[in-house]
Amino acid sequence: MSEFVMPSLGTDMEAGTLYEWFVKPGDAVQRGDVIASVETAKGVIDIEIFEDGRIDQLLVEPGTEVPVGTPIAVVVGAEPVAAAAVPVPVPAAAEAHPMDQKALVRPSKPEPAHNGKRVRVSPVARKLAEELGVDLSQIVGTGPNGAISRADVEEFQRRGAAAPRVEETAPPSRVEQQPVVEKPAEQPTKAAAQKGSTEFQAAMRRAIAAAMARSNREIPHYYLETRLDMGRPLAWLEAENQKRPIRDRILPVVLLIKATAKALVDVPDLNGYWVDDALRPSEAIHIGFAIALRQGGLVTPAIHHADLKSLEELMAAMSDLIMRTRAGRLRSSELTDATITLTNLGDMGVEKVYGVIYPPQVALVGFGKVMEQPWAVNGLLGVRPVLTVTLAGDHRASDGRRGGQFLDVLAKHLQEPDKL
Amino acid sequence: MTTLQAMNEAQIRAALLEILENVAPEADFDELSAGVDVREALDIDSFDFLNVLIALNEQTGVEIPEADYGRLISIDDIVNYVWAKMN
Repeated sequence: MSEFVMPSLGTDMEAGTLYEWFVKPGDAVQRGDVIASVETAKGVIDIEIFEDGRIDQLLVEPGTEVPVGTPIAVVVGAEPVAAAAVPVPVPAAAEAHPMDQKALVRPSKPEPAHNGKRVRVSPVARKLAEELGVDLSQIVGTGPNGAISRADVEEFQRRGAAAPRVEETAPPSRVEQQPVVEKPAEQPTKAAAQKGSTEFQAAMRRAIAAAMARSNREIPHYYLETRLDMGRPLAWLEAENQKRPIRDRILPVVLLIKATAKALVDVPDLNGYWVDDALRPSEAIHIGFAIALRQGGLVTPAIHHADLKSLEELMAAMSDLIMRTRAGRLRSSELTDATITLTNLGDMGVEKVYGVIYPPQVALVGFGKVMEQPWAVNGLLGVRPVLTVTLAGDHRASDGRRGGQFLDVLAKHLQEPDKL
Repeated sequence: MTTLQAMNEAQIRAALLEILENVAPEADFDELSAGVDVREALDIDSFDFLNVLIALNEQTGVEIPEADYGRLISIDDIVNYVWAKMN
């Protein structure tokens, strides 16, 4: 028997709100199954289980916010020994950081309250209230223990959220004379939807701030950069794409992802975590791919086993990840597994990126824009498409020499695009 | 792609605008002056741009090779390009 805890979905997460259970007591589960979704600053994340077994008990109701590490379910293992042998990466990563542990004792954010009492809100109601911009603290719930249900939110909205509560006492005849019109409700709804989005933005900014401030506080960064002649890889890719229908085209960034992954096979010291004053290199290469959101903010979900994927598979994985990141539907392993981060600002006019390492990772690779630039070869000057790649390395885990080797092999792999 | 019906310029433009609206829902298309770089104006990255071209291909049957990307700057450019290829 084991406890399934609220996972840490990144060093910046202190608590999560259980959004929905996908299992019930008695259900059999397998390692990798999505058993619940959790609402975080990075959207609603699907949570996977890391052992085989059967759900014995669900300990947390949907709509409840609990600190990272809080047991949320009890799982009876099919084979307890085997289950115990399975590494549980999420809590392990959290344990490794005393800073995060401290966060556990922090009180969770209070729910909207009536007279200081916690109020239960169903997730559907919470979502609806957010969409409609209804202030939950203004609603009196009619569910068990005063829980606010979807119907309560709808009723409140129907009466007109913007109208003062006094209106409830207005004579019924007056209400009848003025049938509920859609229009007046529209204004506050729109404004409130913007407010909901602003709050999500603020939460994400806080999460990024926490991770990046910690990085700059703890990680002694060193930076290296080199310029790559992209003439050969881009020409190869263009010829390759010409043979394909438009649906199967591969974007240049996919070559960069694969070359980075292959270079990490050669120089493994940059791939892994800094934990307990030691480098723990990771055999698996999961590349955290920085995805900017249109409304602002940034998420870096992992492309799993990037070194083992073909270019087609990487393109498909990246597309899927971008779409789901924007839709706010990522899996927990995607948020926690990255062993290195790759950021590509090539679509902007940016020439080079000096990244901030995402702890506990030990390196970040940044790519800028491909620009036509003078390039000397064999004493002759030509114009080539040139790309500047930068490496931000954790000096506790590696030195400039290792970093230099990495950039060197990365450049070599890119010059052999047909082998990527 | 054989069931595609012939489209006129206005229909191509309408299709393109609808596709762009899905990519950049917050954009104000009335504010886009003619000739403006649409990728820059709507903050469309290479991933989104490829998806725009894929969607356009589904509706018009026109495949735009990468070599021609440089000619597709404004909305008018794209409409004219697709229109020319269809005829």
